[in-house]
Amino acid sequence: MSSYRMHLLVCGGTGCTSSQSLKLMDELNASVKRHGLSDEVEVVTTGCFGFCEKGPIVKVYPDDVFYVSVKPEDAEEIIAEHALKGRQVERLLYVEPNLNVKLEGQRDLPFYKKQVRIALRNCGFINPEDINESIANEGYQALAKCLTEMSPEDVIDTVTKAALRGRGGGGFPTGLKWKFANKNVSDEKYIICNADEGDPGAFMDRSILEGDPHTVLEAMAIAGYAIGANHGYIYIRAEYPLAIHRLEIAIEQARELGLLGKDILGSGFDFDLELRYGAGAFVCGEETALIQSIEGERGEPTTKPPFPAESGVWGKPTCVNNVETFANVPPIILKGAEWFKKIGTEKSGGTKVFALAGKINNVGLVEVPMGTTLREVIYDIGGGIKNDRKFKAVQTGGPSGGCITAESLDIPIDYENLTAIGSMMGSGGMIVLDEDNCMVDIAKFYLEFTVDESCGKCTPCRVGTKRLHEILEKITNGQGTEQDLLDLRELGETIKDTALCGLGQTAPNPVLSTLNYFQDEYIAHVRDKKCPAGVCQALLSYNILKDKCVGCTACARVCPVKCISGSPKVVHEIDQSECIKCGACMNACKFSAIEKR
Amino acid sequence: MSKIKSLEELQKLRQTAKGSLDLRSTAESENRMIVRVGMATCGIASGARETMSAIIDELAKQGIKNVSVTQTGCMGYCAEEPIVEVVSKDNPPILYGHVDAERGREIVTEHIKNGRLLQNAIITKSFEKIE
Repeated sequence: MSSYRMHLLVCGGTGCTSSQSLKLMDELNASVKRHGLSDEVEVVTTGCFGFCEKGPIVKVYPDDVFYVSVKPEDAEEIIAEHALKGRQVERLLYVEPNLNVKLEGQRDLPFYKKQVRIALRNCGFINPEDINESIANEGYQALAKCLTEMSPEDVIDTVTKAALRGRGGGGFPTGLKWKFANKNVSDEKYIICNADEGDPGAFMDRSILEGDPHTVLEAMAIAGYAIGANHGYIYIRAEYPLAIHRLEIAIEQARELGLLGKDILGSGFDFDLELRYGAGAFVCGEETALIQSIEGERGEPTTKPPFPAESGVWGKPTCVNNVETFANVPPIILKGAEWFKKIGTEKSGGTKVFALAGKINNVGLVEVPMGTTLREVIYDIGGGIKNDRKFKAVQTGGPSGGCITAESLDIPIDYENLTAIGSMMGSGGMIVLDEDNCMVDIAKFYLEFTVDESCGKCTPCRVGTKRLHEILEKITNGQGTEQDLLDLRELGETIKDTALCGLGQTAPNPVLSTLNYFQDEYIAHVRDKKCPAGVCQALLSYNILKDKCVGCTACARVCPVKCISGSPKVVHEIDQSECIKCGACMNACKFSAIEKR
Repeated sequence: MSKIKSLEELQKLRQTAKGSLDLRSTAESENRMIVRVGMATCGIASGARETMSAIIDELAKQGIKNVSVTQTGCMGYCAEEPIVEVVSKDNPPILYGHVDAERGREIVTEHIKNGRLLQNAIITKSFEKIE
């Protein structure tokens, strides 16, 4: 075995690779070679560190130094200075914006301080393409424990006691799901991993598959042992090429070592799995539609009951769990139900991964214990709102969820609490909105998504979401009436009650929750024909402030439709009938003389 | 790769594989010791690279896991190079001077393993860092 004295871990997640981390790897390797350090320094690709805002990330072991926003050009300096001479490259350290101090180690970063990483434990720590690194860090130990020391009932019991619940959004107790599937007698049963991550802005499942694929394979085998299944499917969207690539490598390596296949670890238990690619339809994340898709049918939901645990893929008992749910299973088996339960709240054990996006300083992937407040996630970990703007709301649960306002910032996050305030856990997308976001526009955005993604099988969803979207369109165009607001609510409630599957039943949530919490904004749109956030173009106008305009002509020169008149040193004027509201004049004005109202 | 047939074989593979990750887990552990080798021009010129290799080699040989060996820049006392600093929770930082490969191995055996300082090689018992 080689004895490297230094490991350079480079993030190879999708986020960082699109900011050139692969080229950075090449440069680092070339530089290591150039300095003759090939026997001493190893450059390792890992999965996502979660701190995507500051990617690409390079972490140096054993010094525990954390470099951020590293470019390929920086490779030579890191090797020449840090690897060769042992001097940190100060300019690449993370600067804590509030204190303006440079922080060295990963654990010093406020972004990581409040996080508890269970599902993401190996992401950014091991090389996902090397099964040995996974095994070194307890990979497949939980499977071994199940096969040698535990009965299937023990396994189900442990998972039930740990209060692990479905991380895909529904929050159904995982142990119970396994129990149902276990009880149904059949010659064949199936385990499915739902990796059809469809919520806009959510990417935790992708990151787990990219950073730690073996944990998912291991957990699926454990689930197979628990319910008596010998075959598994991973249903993954084809838009995740890197995750698919790493899964293929992982499956190959696990088969080679006999950790998948016949007679695993000499226990007599057989388990193998294969990948199924989805075409990226949102509805295929719904378990019955997913099963249809695996069978080669059109991805449309079927009525429940029968539940998949009774009659799933090929009519056999099937257990469908989400990627993140699976990633929690091995640690639960190894460390026990009590340990896991203690981390979370009474009804929801463990942690939840959230994808922070929108108007927040630290965009990225964070894992926090259940029961953490939104305030801690947004301000302590997320670093607060971008450009010191005012917080308005946070959208959770994607197109099925709703908005949470400033009043609810101190509510501990768990499944029940989020549902109680009109949102939902969903898969964990968290989009932060500030005062410049128009809530009607946000609702319209999500409706546009569900209209596109509705499979068309049931009328409430197919026609209802379309009508909802049309009303919203009308309101943002300035033609809305107060009757429209009543219609929105009534139609929304009807869809909720009558749609066939989860997608349709939750599709009106973004509208209903914004109507509840931001009614004044809707009223401003329909009664005063104003968009308070200044987003809806039809409802705003650009005007020149007479006392501030110095007549520099800058605005008139950039106006694409030439609707600004005025000679030099004379106050200019905008012809509202011609103006296309592009905002170019406002950006060009150096005297803040143009106002948007 | 041959198939793993039993729990014992999996454990064995894990033990072997674990070695390659020690470098990383040590950095996260609470009671780690740090050995810093001065590797500026002066240090490298007086043989610090051999010293460091010897220390890493000796640690591996003796199976000591909680130590991370890193380099540092010039310590400002070039006459005493190669200089090695040993930082642990129980002792103030100790600086050793003129550490060649042999003395490097001695530091591992005596100081790190047995907790006995090499009195004759210490430059100064402690120093305060000004933050």
